Amino acid sequence: MAFDLSFTRAREWKSQDKDRVLVGHMPVYFPREIIHAANGLAVGILGGGDKKLIIKGDAYYQSYICHIPRSIIELALDKHFEGFDGFIFPSICDVIRNLSGMFQLLGEGKFVKYLDFPQNFKYHIGGTFYRHELQTVLDEVYKLNGVKVTTARLNHSIGLFNLNRHLINQLYDIRQEFPWRLTAADLYHVVRAGNVIPVEEHNEILSEVVQLIGEEIGDPMDKIRVLVIGAFCEQPPAGLIRTIKLAGCYIVEDDFLLGLKWIQGDIDTDSAEPLEAITKAYLDKSPLSSSVFDVGNTKEARLVDLIRHRKVDGVIFAAPSFCDPALLDHPILQKECNDKNIRFISFMYSENTGQFKVIKEQVGTFSDSIKLWDEPVLADSL
Amino acid sequence: MSKEVAKERSMIIQKEMITRLFKELSGARETGKKVVYTFVPGNISELILSFDMLPVYPEINALQSGMRKKSGEYIRNAEQHGHSEDVCTYVKCDVGMMLNGNIGPTGEKIPNPDLLLLSYTGCFTFLKWFETLERLYPGVPIAMLHTPYQEAHKITPDMTAYMVKQLKEEVIPKMEQVSGNKYNEEKLKLMLQNSSKVEDYIIKIFDTTKNRPSPIDAYFAGVYYIGPINSGFRGTPEAIDYYAELYNEILTRVEKKLGPITPEGEMEEERFRLVVEGPPNWTHFREFWKLFYDMGAVIVASSYTKVGGVYDMGFRVNPDKPLESLAEYCMNCYTNLNLQQRVDLLSKCITDYHADGFLVNSIKSCNSFSAGQLMIMQQLERKLEIPIGFIESDLVDPRYFSYSNIKNRLESFFQMLKQRKMIQTLP
Ligand code: SF4
Ligand code: SF4
Repeated sequence: MAFDLSFTRAREWKSQDKDRVLVGHMPVYFPREIIHAANGLAVGILGGGDKKLIIKGDAYYQSYICHIPRSIIELALDKHFEGFDGFIFPSICDVIRNLSGMFQLLGEGKFVKYLDFPQNFKYHIGGTFYRHELQTVLDEVYKLNGVKVTTARLNHSIGLFNLNRHLINQLYDIRQEFPWRLTAADLYHVVRAGNVIPVEEHNEILSEVVQLIGEEIGDPMDKIRVLVIGAFCEQPPAGLIRTIKLAGCYIVEDDFLLGLKWIQGDIDTDSAEPLEAITKAYLDKSPLSSSVFDVGNTKEARLVDLIRHRKVDGVIFAAPSFCDPALLDHPILQKECNDKNIRFISFMYSENTGQFKVIKEQVGTFSDSIKLWDEPVLADSL
Repeated sequence: MSKEVAKERSMIIQKEMITRLFKELSGARETGKKVVYTFVPGNISELILSFDMLPVYPEINALQSGMRKKSGEYIRNAEQHGHSEDVCTYVKCDVGMMLNGNIGPTGEKIPNPDLLLLSYTGCFTFLKWFETLERLYPGVPIAMLHTPYQEAHKITPDMTAYMVKQLKEEVIPKMEQVSGNKYNEEKLKLMLQNSSKVEDYIIKIFDTTKNRPSPIDAYFAGVYYIGPINSGFRGTPEAIDYYAELYNEILTRVEKKLGPITPEGEMEEERFRLVVEGPPNWTHFREFWKLFYDMGAVIVASSYTKVGGVYDMGFRVNPDKPLESLAEYCMNCYTNLNLQQRVDLLSKCITDYHADGFLVNSIKSCNSFSAGQLMIMQQLERKLEIPIGFIESDLVDPRYFSYSNIKNRLESFFQMLKQRKMIQTLP
């Protein structure tokens, strides 16, 4: 289900009521609450991964552009998005930005919106702008189904997505202590499914998994704990996540599906102005991300906080080839790791990579070298 | 083609202007003038100059390093410091230049910034670039000016209001603090009057390519023509003088029915008229240009010359509404237009300037230009049934300039244009 490129469940959900709408959104973050409140389903589009053969997409992109836009175009041309009413392209980079124009030129959906996230974090400046951007999305949906987004509806939706993030965080918290209870690949599947099914159903699945891994299952193994960073947009193939495990690592923190856990904490569910609450949450509670200009809260400090919080032994910088946002952050973050004596490795991948032999060897050597150091590396240095 | 290349007066004026600016920059520490690093697209030099500060454009430094054959080494240095091979080479060239003492094109040291003005217009990499510089120059304040993208094919009042608020509450206070001067709106208005005149000249200059032969090359020479307005002279009287002189020279060429000036003299026969999309290659600029003028190909319009502002559709800065106007200027830069707008603008250029062909120079570094270019080609081919050519290179990374590859592709393209012309002239 998590990798269903036909979006079966989403279409089925839409077919049950004529006022329902499907709005596809690209990585990284989009406040799905607002679509939910408008009787819609926001569907996360994460490219074709290694499950879609690219034939036409390569005619749209030069070889030195990352892979995800070509697989998204391939999906569009092969009618995978039939039944989708609109598309949102959150600002993250020029590739995604220009992809919004390509969707407009292809006439995909009834609306295509590039969602410009503010880089000014004062409420009356960037907040006002962002709130207006969100209202524009709601206006588009209203034109399609006439559903009025009331305060009560939006507050209700906010609550459901608060719960969703809460459950995802719980999974990460449990795995931090007991990573053997659920593999990183299984966790990835469970979380990723949230992109393509209604939040109510996802919350049920997450609750069950939380319960399941709340009890002891499986056996601890001698693996190091790592944090993977840089994979927030074009997704690593599932085989790569498994390879990291096979090479001796428990992934206890990652940014694979960062958008689903974007807001750090809850959004107010009692606000008389819920759009304002969503806006404020973006301004004040966004995570460490390549798409956010980090005024007064530097990304290297945030990375160190995360390392401390998750008690990891090392960091894996994994970025899609040609991804400017991730790759330009890495020297900054890696310098911090060097300065703080935090061990790391880095490599690049593409969503359709099939061979992981070299990566397995690299990660294996990394994990072995950490295992050989018998004292905790981070404790003193942080 | 004549090999005698006499410098036109405008070229001498431009050289003097740039030399003076770099001299002023190298003496900034002694004179106490503050230095602001910023970007070409959405470069609000008028505001910087109104505070008596001096602008520095890391992109211009990078392209100059490319032309001076220094960029290869700088890029390698940046890669040795952890930068990936896969990212924008302007950033790496700038980082490398800084690691090598920040020596500018005139051989003098460019002073460190007192303020980083992140005019984040039309390119996400700018954000990452200044995050990098912020670490290389610890403690230097950053003023962010986020320019919303023209995603809905227009500038809305909310977009303008957002930018004006950023100018008022973020950019201007930081400029006041750094420069020690108060914001002077009257001074800014006067500078905007100057800019508006220069914008008129720029349009008139690039419009002369309607003539046959075209008196100028709007890409290879065009990048020199936009030099002053994109490197710190927006709003200055010198810019008006320069552009007035340049325009007069070009008018004289039109009267005499002369073709463009190239590094090897006048181009005598105009065989092909092209519109080019994408930045040029700087490391092999002369060789690259020669491939065109040797074939009698003249560029009658290019998107790259609009990167620091698009005036073709009527936009001019309005001195009566200075901040609104600066905001709209930023939002109107070429890479801040969405793809449909870019297709429309290129299509207008192809039609207005009677181009025989459309060529894309796809730059490995630059997603802002490159992502979507193949679709732009498809659209224009379908809409105008014009021959399309495609070459690839990089801005400043010499490893990505393959002379023979580009030459082969261009020869096939010119062959196609020739055949088409022959067919068109058949009775
Ligand atoms: S992988 Fe990176 S460069 Fe590619 S679309 Fe995503 S954020 Fe942009
Ligand atoms: S990506 Fe393009 S526009 Fe952006 S900094 Fe690099 S060369 Fe300039």
